[in-house]
Parts: sequence; structure tokens; C-alpha cells
Amino acid sequence: MKPEKTRSKLFNRRAALLVGGQMALLGGLGARLYYLQVVESERYKMLAEENRINFRLLPPPRGFITDRKGDYLAINIQNYRLVLVPEQANNADGVEATLLKLSRLIDLSEHDVKRVLRETSRRRAFVPITVRENLSWEEVSRLGVNTPELPGVNIDVGQTRHYPYGPNMAHVIGYVAAVSEKELAASDDPLLELPGFRIGKNGIEKEYDLALRGSAGTSQVEVNALGRVIRELRRQEGQPGHEVRLTLDMRLQDFIGERLKQEKAASVVVMDVHTGAILALVSIPSYDPNAFSEGLRTEEWRELVNNPYHPLTNKAIAGQYSPGSVFKMAVALAALEHGIGRDHSVFCPGHMQLGDRRFHCWKRWGHGKMDMVSAIEESCDVWFYDVARRIGVDRIAEMAKRFGMGEPTGIDLSGERGGLIPTRAWKRATLGQPWHQGESLVIGIGQGYVLTTPLQLAVSTARMVNGGKAVRPHLALHDIDGATIQERRPDPFPDVGVPKSHLAIIREAMDKVVNGDKGTARASKLRDTDVTMGGKTGTAQVRRITQAERDAGMRDDDEIAWRLRDHALFAGYAPAHDPRYVVSVIVEHGGGGSSAAAPIARDVLEEVLRIEGQAVSDAGGQDGSGSGAAAAPVRTEGAG
Amino acid sequence: MRVRHGELRAPELTLGQKIWQLNWGLFLLVAAATGVGLAMLYSAANGSWDPWASRHAVRFGMGVAVMLAVALIDIRFWMRYAYAIYAAALILLVAVEVAGTIGMGAQRWIDLRFFQLQPSEIMKIALVLALARYFHTLNFEDIGRLSYLITPALMVGAPVVLILRQPDLGTALMLAAGSAVLFFLAGVRLWKFVVAGAGALGSIPIAWNFLHEYQKKRVLTFLDPEQDPLGSGYHILQSKIAMGSGGMTGKGFIRGTQSHLNFLPEKQTDFIFTMLAEEFGLVGGLALMALYAAIMIYGFAIAVRARSQFARLVGMGVTTTFSLYVFINIAMVMGVIPVVGVPLPLISYGGTAMLTVMIGFGLLMNVYVHRDVRIGRRWSDHG
Repeated sequence: MKPEKTRSKLFNRRAALLVGGQMALLGGLGARLYYLQVVESERYKMLAEENRINFRLLPPPRGFITDRKGDYLAINIQNYRLVLVPEQANNADGVEATLLKLSRLIDLSEHDVKRVLRETSRRRAFVPITVRENLSWEEVSRLGVNTPELPGVNIDVGQTRHYPYGPNMAHVIGYVAAVSEKELAASDDPLLELPGFRIGKNGIEKEYDLALRGSAGTSQVEVNALGRVIRELRRQEGQPGHEVRLTLDMRLQDFIGERLKQEKAASVVVMDVHTGAILALVSIPSYDPNAFSEGLRTEEWRELVNNPYHPLTNKAIAGQYSPGSVFKMAVALAALEHGIGRDHSVFCPGHMQLGDRRFHCWKRWGHGKMDMVSAIEESCDVWFYDVARRIGVDRIAEMAKRFGMGEPTGIDLSGERGGLIPTRAWKRATLGQPWHQGESLVIGIGQGYVLTTPLQLAVSTARMVNGGKAVRPHLALHDIDGATIQERRPDPFPDVGVPKSHLAIIREAMDKVVNGDKGTARASKLRDTDVTMGGKTGTAQVRRITQAERDAGMRDDDEIAWRLRDHALFAGYAPAHDPRYVVSVIVEHGGGGSSAAAPIARDVLEEVLRIEGQAVSDAGGQDGSGSGAAAAPVRTEGAG
Repeated sequence: MRVRHGELRAPELTLGQKIWQLNWGLFLLVAAATGVGLAMLYSAANGSWDPWASRHAVRFGMGVAVMLAVALIDIRFWMRYAYAIYAAALILLVAVEVAGTIGMGAQRWIDLRFFQLQPSEIMKIALVLALARYFHTLNFEDIGRLSYLITPALMVGAPVVLILRQPDLGTALMLAAGSAVLFFLAGVRLWKFVVAGAGALGSIPIAWNFLHEYQKKRVLTFLDPEQDPLGSGYHILQSKIAMGSGGMTGKGFIRGTQSHLNFLPEKQTDFIFTMLAEEFGLVGGLALMALYAAIMIYGFAIAVRARSQFARLVGMGVTTTFSLYVFINIAMVMGVIPVVGVPLPLISYGGTAMLTVMIGFGLLMNVYVHRDVRIGRRWSDHG
């Protein structure tokens, strides 16, 4: 065969082989395409949807907090925010020029400008950057007029927590603030991860955060590879937070705040003796919770923390003071239980000798012959020294604890402290020392180791005058468990286990403290009314200032003088014949209980009764809510 | 002019006859593929002729003119200047190599204002011409002798090494593969390919050291693209998601979510097949592959009908180059081979590849027009 012929035959054969190979390759690729698009299609469809669709959380509006009558204590207000979209402002250069123009229209700090420029360089150009928050209406309208010259500038409306009563309610309501790392880790609610989301950090805001928070809505949006939102596909609205109604009475709270104005540090608690509903809970000085929700500056925070009067502490539940003579009722009840009758008679010469130590009565020249009722009425220390020596500290402690002292009362408010009721065992365990009899004497007049909170004094007094029910305090009008809210069921409080006859003696004595001829609070009788109040004064000695404290900077003479004064206490109730309300007052370094605390208690109880009178007429005239509301004196519960 | 072998020579064709002889069937197939390309580029721009489809059309128009010019020039001209064209392409390759070393980084093209001339693309055509001429002139008996294979091996080796240095792995591999096909068609014995293949495999560990870091990474991510879904494997993974989610019939024209939300990279160039498969599904993908198959078979039919070895080799050479574009691109977007920057011919946006491919089709038509022209061993034989 000619070479040329062979060559072309070989070529044709091999070319055919090649084309065959090419077709096979194409066939292979076709098979691969079939595998991807038919066999594996479902998997890739899902992946494509995951790519394409983003879920965005829609924060629910936070529930309001109201007082018992529906007065708003915490609301959400519109927060006008100035946001800038860099890509609409011609990017970096444009942003700087726009900020310059903005600074002529509204207040813009150097700090803000720097922050915005920094964020502009870091984020994608379509992400809005917040330039300023909390614009005033005037600023908003000024910006609105100039919109054409401000490309990329938008006014965004968000919501900020607002507390209309400010400092007056701060300790009860608390405040909201940004979520901390720890809180984020502890919860699986995706809302917490939203930038700028705020949760309750204190008070009711913290206690009932879940109920107030609501649940998140979702919005499904289509996004591109850069994360820019193309359009919204679906939207599911969330559940707004529940409204939380408190047992608190705003008018009473306000009145007390006003009444305590001239005091430096004080606390007042008003409670329904039967239900435990807190009607007022005041601690001064206070702070402005709005500053927290708007974002507190470091120096403001430092100022609050370093303030010597501790504005951040809720003294009503976390202030622990020696109860002084207010403790004497518990001692008397312990005495009655252990066989010391009301007629137990002690002669008070102004002091009592125990071994080589002399224990003084507050009345230098003595009260003379005292029995249980007159010892309480006149607050004779010697009678209680004697009784305490006879029954010992452990019996006193047992009785005090039955009345709610020495442990947290369980009020629905965070930060409560338990106080301290000492026993022999306690001293051995914590100090490693044996108990001295002299210490029992001191405990007998509510001094020494014993510490109580103002709330505990209110609760223990309530238990003494309500017929011996172990009432517990609460602030929420309804039963709130997590995010569910139900009508509050009447709490069947257990009995404290003290005979009614014993309680009657105590009530008789407390009545005399105010209404008796020699009562320590006889100057603080209720005025302009035919009802009376009962109570007990207390004056708690404050430990002396040490040299160390003097060195630590307390040079101001006034301050030292104030710090050296005794705490003034008073626990009282009204009406004396059928107690419904209990009040506990403490004025830090206020001097004597009868002069500083009792008048405040009197004023507060007068106001409580006045408000109650109005409520009765309101209820009768308007909605007539709650059966028998108009007939019987209004129960503090169920009026909502 | 004397007739050397005393055979009857086909009469010389006039220009009019040549135009009549042009293969319009092939032209229709090429135009159809370009039409698909225009539609996809229109979709890639979210339903707009700008910026890609309109310019693609203009380039195609210019490409058609070039194709016709190449087709109508006498085949003996291409034979005569085959080595000169090869030499010119080699000089250009060296030039960009030098400019690249002096200038900034890996520059692969020479800016000619309308086109960015990539010497490596020109070389794809030039090498086909040069090898075709070499094997045409070689005595068939000599092809079995190893010493005669040294020259063509060097002709392939020089540009491949230069292009590897650029570095452009994809083009170098294409050149090597295309050349191997020409060796095979010229009659080189199969066992020599086996030996050469074994040698190439043996040198992979050594070659590995010469690869740039990004090339190594490409090969490694190819082996397991889903390992690093946000890094280098991202492109392949997103491409597979796009195709897979297209399903049997696709998401519809301009409705490919992966493409239009920019999850798919380079959708107007290297990944345009993915976009087609996403929007028109398996049906669309297979249809385009069938169109390509038709073009390849057409090329084969033209080549085997030619009387001269030069024409046959050129015909199969350009067809093979074209099919290599198709295979590498489609295999890449499906995740079968590593990501190498090879466009889909006639469809991907880009000037240089279009020019190469249209010159290739011009040569294929040239072969068809001049199928009966006999060419002597030496071009001088025909004066």
C-alpha cells in the first residue's frame, strides 16, 4: 500500500477513535450533570435556599409596668436615631462631608464623628451606621428640612425604655441595659443576640424580664452573597411583652418620696398586713433609671458607685440595720412562750448589773417598776435585759425567725438580703467563740449582732397584728411564672404558731406606744381622723468611727457628725383596732426613733388611709370591681 | 508550474467558488452556540444587554470577519507561513515573560486597545499549524523513528514551559494535550504515549515543587472542596449548589438565585455553564453539550474528507483545541477537575478566547474549502 494511503487510513482510524473518545467524555460530563441536577438535586436545592434566605429577628416591644391603678411606671418611647448609609453618601469622602454638614445642624461630639468614620471604613457600605441616638423633636425637624443636602442620612425610629417617675421608682422598677456576655451564655433566647437589645438588670425589670420581654418575631429576607437584603419574603410578628401591674400605689410612693426629701438616707415600706401586697417601697437617695436605658457614661457610673449614701442600694430590702427597740416585741413574744407573763415585773433603776458590767437603760434615771406592756410602751431596756437573761438568745432567735427575720422574705425583687439573727450555734460556727450572757442582754434590746431589713420589720410587724398569719410580701399584682401571667390566688399563709392571747398583749402594748400617756411615740398620733395607729419606736446605736475610717478621707466635720448619729426606726400599723396597713421607717443617722422616724410613719399612714378612702368612693362610683369592695374597706388585692 | 507526480490536480478555486464552498452548516452551529452565549450574558447582567451581551455580539461579528478571512486565504499560505507564525507567537510569549519579570507580576497579555492579545492563545493556533506542517513534511516511514520526534517535542515544550512560568496551568495543559493529539493522529505509536505518560506522572512530585502556592491550593481544594466552604472551595461548592438546585428543568431565565444573588463567582466568564444549568436545568445543560458535540463531529467530518495530511491535521487540531476548552471548562464547574481559568468557547465573555476560537473555525472552514487541494512535501513544490 502506498504510504500516503496508509497514512490517511491511520489518520481516519485514529481520528474516529478520538472523536469517539470525545463523545464518551461528553457523555461522562452529561452523566455528572445528571447526578448533580437529578440525583443530588434536593440536597443542593436546600443549600441554595439556605444561601438565599436569612432569618431576621424582630424585637418585640417590651411590656409596660404599671402601678395598681394602671399608672404607667415604665413605658417605651420613640427614640429618634440618626443613621447614615455610607454608600448613599458617596462613601468615605461623602461621609466626612456629610458629618461636617450634620455638625452644623445638631450636636455632634468629636467622639461620635471619629466613631462613625471608623465604622464606615470597617463595614460594608450599605450597612447603616448610627450617628446619634435620642434626637429631640426639634433636631429631627431641623434635619428633615435639610434632607435634600444630606444624602444617605435617615431618621430611624427605635424604642427606648422610659421611666416617667424617674428616681422615685428606680429601686422598685430597676432598669434595662445591654446584655452581658454572661447573660448571653446563660440563655438560649435568640433575642439577646440582637445588637442593641436591652434586658432587665435590676428590680422588677429583672425579676419579670421574661414576661416583659415577649417573644421575637421573624422576618425571612432574601439576601445576596454580600448579605445585602434584596426583599422580604415572609414575616411573622412576635409576641409583645406582657404588661406587669404592681401592687404599688404611685401616689403613695410619690408622697413618701416627697416626705423624705430632707433626709439624706432613709427607707420606707408600706404593706397590706393580710395579703403582703407592697403599697410603697422607698429608698433614698435614688438615681435616674433613664440614664441607664439611654446608656450611662463611665463617670456617671463611678459617681453613683462612690456616693457615700449608696444611691444604688435599695435600702428597703438590702439595707441591714440593728432593729433596736423594734426588736423588743419578738423578745416579749419569746418570753410569753416560755412562761414569763405580762405581769412579770422588773424594777428599772436606769441600768442593770451583770457581773462586773453595767448595762444602761436609755432613760438614765430609770423607769421604776415595769411590766411587759409598760416596758414596750416606754421602751424600757432593763426589763428586756432581765427577760433576755432569763430565756436566752436561742429562744429569742427562734421567735424572731418565725416572724420573718434573719432570712430573705422572698419578695419578688432581686437583691434582697437576709439580715442576721444570731444564736449560740451561729457564733460558734462563724466566730468560733462561746456565747456570753451579756450578749444576750444586748440582743434583748435589738442591738449587737442582730440585723434586719426595713422590709423584714414591716413583715414581722404585719405578722404580729394580722392574727398571726405568716404573710409574705409581693410586688406583682398577678402570679407571674416565666412568661405566663395568671390571677393571683389568695395565698393561704401558714400560722406563725403564737397564741392569739399573746399577740393581743403585743398589740395592746404597741397601741400604747402611740396612744398611751407615756408612749415613746405619743407625739405622733394620727391627726384629723377617728382611727388610731400602733407601733414601736427604735433607736439603733451606730458603731463608732474608727481611726482607719478617719484616715480614709472622712474629714468633713458634718459628715462625721452625721455618721455618728443613731439610726431612727419605727414600725407601725393602722387602724389600731383592725390593722390593715403596716409601715416601717428607717432614717439612717436620723437620731431617735420617736423624733425622726415616728412622725414620718404617722404622715405615711395618714396618707394611706386618705388614699384608701378615695379608693372606696372611686370603686363605689365607677366600676364596683371586686365583690363587696364598696361595703367593706377595700382590700388592697383585687382592686385591679 | 510542473506537476510533480503527474496526477490530475484539482483546478484552482476562484474567490466566488470559495465563498460558495464555505461550510454554512458549521457556521450555523457556531452562531447557535454564540446565541446561547448572548442569552446567558443577557441574563448575567440581570436582563440587560449591557455590559456583556452587546459587546459579546460585536466581538462575534468581528470574529466572523476574521473567520471568513482565514477561511478564504489559500491553505498553502498557512502551510508556508506556519513556522513563521509559530516563531512570532513564541517571540511574543518571551516578550510577555520579559515584560512580566520587569513589570508588575504575572501579566499575560499585550494591550492592543481593542483586544488584549494573549500570546498563549495565539500559540494554541500557531502550534497546531506548525505541528501539522512538520508531520505533513515528514516521511511516513520516519515517524516511527524517535529522532524525528525530537524537533516537534521541542516545538511543544518551549511554549508549554514559557506558559507554565506565567503561570497559566490550564493553558499549558491544553497546549500539551492538544499537541499530544496531533502526535497521535500523525501516527506516533501508542506505546510511546504510554512511556511519555508514565514519565509525566513520574515527574509530578518534582513539578509540584515548581507550582505556585495558589496552584497547589487549587489542586488541594479540588480534592476536597467542601472542606473549606468559605475559602478556596467556595467557588466549586457554590457552582455545584447552583447546578444541583437547578434540577431537571431549571429555575427559569434570569431567575437563577445563585447567579443573581452573586453566590456564583465569575458567572459571565468561567462559570457561565453553571448559570445555564441553574436556569435551564439538566435539559439546558445537555442541549448545549449536544450542540458542542455536533460541532466536534462536524470538525471530524471535515478533517477526514481532506486530501492533504496538513489539512487533516489542522482540521482535527483546531477541533481538538475547541473540545479541550469545552471539556476543561465544564469539568471544572462541575467539580470534576481543579479550578483552572479556561472559558467556555463562544459563550463566556472575553475577547481573546473568542478570537482564538474564531480563527480556529476559520482554519476548519479553510480545510473544508480546500479539501481537495493537494500539497507537496515542501511548500516550494507548488510554487
